[in-house]
Amino acid sequence: MLTLQKRKSKPKYKNFQSRDVVRFFKVKRHLRSKLHTTWMVIGLIVVILLPFILGVGLYIKSLLLLEDQSLFNLLFSSDWRPLAGKFGFLTFIISSVWVTIIALLIAGPICLLTAIHLTQYAKNWVLKVVHPVIDILAGIPSVIFGVWGILIIVPFISDYIAPFLGKQSSGYSILAGSIVLAVMIIPFILNILIEVFRTLPDELKESSLSLGATKWQTIKFVLVKKAFPGIISAFGLGVSRAFGETIAVLMVVGNVTTIPKGLFQPGYPLPALIANNYGEMLSIPLYDSALMLAALVLFVVVMLFNLGSRIAISRLEEKG
Amino acid sequence: MEENAKIRVNDLNLSIGKQKILKNINLEIPERKITIILGPSGCGKTTFLKTLNRLTDLYPEMHVTGSITIDNDDILHTHKDITLLRQKMGLLSQRPYPLPMNIYNNVAYGLRISGRKKRRFLDKRVEHYLKQANLWDEVKDRLKDPASALSIGQQQRLCLARGLAVDPDIILADEPTSALDPISSEAIEKKFVELKQQYTIVMVTHVLRQARRIADYVVFMYLGEVIEQGTAEEIFQNPQQEITKQYLKGAFN
Amino acid sequence: MRRFRHTEEKLFRVLMFLSTNIIVISLGIIIFSILYKGLPSLTWEMVSQTPKGGFYFGKEGGILNAIIGSLYLAVASTVLALLIGLPVALMMNVHLIKYTKLVNGIRFLLDLLWGVPSIVYGAFGFTVMIYFGLKTSLLAGIITVTLFIIPIMVRAMDEVLKTIPRGLMETAMSLGSTSSEISYRVYLKQVIPGLVTAVLLSFGRAIGDAASVLFTTGYTDHIPTALGQPTATLPLAIFFQLSSPIPEVQNRAYASALVLTIIILATSILSRYFSKKYQKNRIKQ
Repeated sequence: MLTLQKRKSKPKYKNFQSRDVVRFFKVKRHLRSKLHTTWMVIGLIVVILLPFILGVGLYIKSLLLLEDQSLFNLLFSSDWRPLAGKFGFLTFIISSVWVTIIALLIAGPICLLTAIHLTQYAKNWVLKVVHPVIDILAGIPSVIFGVWGILIIVPFISDYIAPFLGKQSSGYSILAGSIVLAVMIIPFILNILIEVFRTLPDELKESSLSLGATKWQTIKFVLVKKAFPGIISAFGLGVSRAFGETIAVLMVVGNVTTIPKGLFQPGYPLPALIANNYGEMLSIPLYDSALMLAALVLFVVVMLFNLGSRIAISRLEEKG
Repeated sequence: MEENAKIRVNDLNLSIGKQKILKNINLEIPERKITIILGPSGCGKTTFLKTLNRLTDLYPEMHVTGSITIDNDDILHTHKDITLLRQKMGLLSQRPYPLPMNIYNNVAYGLRISGRKKRRFLDKRVEHYLKQANLWDEVKDRLKDPASALSIGQQQRLCLARGLAVDPDIILADEPTSALDPISSEAIEKKFVELKQQYTIVMVTHVLRQARRIADYVVFMYLGEVIEQGTAEEIFQNPQQEITKQYLKGAFN
Repeated sequence: MRRFRHTEEKLFRVLMFLSTNIIVISLGIIIFSILYKGLPSLTWEMVSQTPKGGFYFGKEGGILNAIIGSLYLAVASTVLALLIGLPVALMMNVHLIKYTKLVNGIRFLLDLLWGVPSIVYGAFGFTVMIYFGLKTSLLAGIITVTLFIIPIMVRAMDEVLKTIPRGLMETAMSLGSTSSEISYRVYLKQVIPGLVTAVLLSFGRAIGDAASVLFTTGYTDHIPTALGQPTATLPLAIFFQLSSPIPEVQNRAYASALVLTIIILATSILSRYFSKKYQKNRIKQ
């Protein structure tokens, strides 16, 4: 019944929105739509240009030093005497590499084992506990990790680990920096690894099990093998994160400008160098330029690791 | 029949890469009738329906050629505003997709985006369309509840009300009852029969019995081609093609 | 052989169990040690006063300047990042939905940006600041931190928007919506909980990061009243106080660390709460 009435009443509503009203709203609507779109495009351009602006900005600032000395000399000399115009980054680069590698050696196996545990074995309630833990750990600011390092890790190294191995250490050392870093990058690597293991198709596991393999054999020979590129990428991303981490490492690593000879000796990674000296060096243009170059080196190294890992991951995802 | 065709489709082809999804579709869909597009799953029915609404724009990999004329306007090559064009057609999809807002706003959405904001007007219209979809009595006391709280059957009727509220001429329905229980399905079917007095209805289905119950005009599709089209009587009583006969006998299910 | 197989599996299961526990215990130790050292020094005076004379020798005062400064900085940069980031995330998932390759390219770029260490943003921000003749100030800090959290926010939002079923887009389109209407009237409502989480995540990053504000905000004992003034921040307050040789000042560093940890934990709990609460209008798949 109603439907029939509706037919008749339709013209009434057509009148209600007379042609002009419709046109007005149409214009207003599309104007609004256009404004939104313009704003979106502006935002998008900012985002797209950002990495290039970052890179170019740092490069321009480091040009001063690069024109003065060759890049090779700067990177492979350990002579760091800013006041004498000597800017050899080798000490800092070696420290950075040490800290990063050891952090990865600690975090890598823990993450891999935990990821397998969580995706293959763990019961639901374990996941319910561990997931928030990972989230919170990922959210803790690096300065807090630094405080924790000073409170727990540094004394632990100087009082227990070093004496146990018959060495002397103040605790502020490469090892302390690595342990703090390891805990910091664990949530980061772990999240990616969990994602990687989740994308593996169930059929893969099932077919291996149906061939009579035990669960562990399946994991070892099929899942880990299949996930291998993903695992490497996750580690690569972890490396890039560790390489650029500043405050937490700076607080526990000792910051002494000599090439570290062992785990228990202090080091002085690149980010710490920048953080410690910025602001003071403004009066010396070359010094300023040198620190910008350090930032550029960080940027490039991190970008390269990121690039490689991301490409590998997206390949993996495409393959399914 | 041909003189009051609402939608005319000429030489419509649609391909994804080298794969042809729709092949040389030529159709005329009569005004204010229920046209059922029938065929086994995977024959391109749904894609065809999306083409009518230009939802194919969403999928850049789809390449469409040919023409679709609605009210003397070739919608595939029109300069007119596509959003207005889409408002001419209400769409019911396989499973209901209520918008993420309350029941009232779901129906009012279409009116609001075309600029009608007066509360009294909206109230009246929302009630009207909810009644049209036979949903008013069930929801009139909880219009502020989220639409996702309704049952699937109610959600589908809500989607119908929402579709009608933009004041379309055509209703496109893509197996609208496939996710519903028998009682809700019947309600939708009944509603369609009622609605055909004002709307041109194009419905895709693979349920033969449903087609027999409500179709005025039937298009049988198979593997992206229109095999046969005609009035319900012609197709069901006296199919010309061998494939159609087999399908009607149930050979595909 | 067979027995070896099982021993190996058992061994690794023990190792896996240990690894998982190490992670949980690490977090426990971190929070416990901060609480243990911070709680005794955390007084009302600490969080309600700015530093008085002799504060840095262990005399009276508190870190209100840093708390307020951090909140100003984090709120302002989160809002700015939201203003730029939300439209970008929506655009990637609504307007550009047809251009899969372009969107994936943008995602890739954002992932790269996410990886850039905050010290690089800090150094860059400092350069820009000098270039424009600005001094260390709240404004310079806000700009730097905004740049730093935009990629984080956009990607987090994008992950949420990605999960919206195509059907909802088709439905909204079939009702004649323009792309902007789909973005702001439909998609936004659908993913509000996820967006809140993304915003809070970025807020946490903004308030907790030290390296990006080290050179750009400066440090002061006063609560800033204008954008051009230098501003103290919590992470730096912790960092500076901890490098003091005076035990009272160090203890205050621990208390400040506790304050920052509480803010971060509260943010995290809040985001969990929001994502549960605002799920009601959401269409589930």
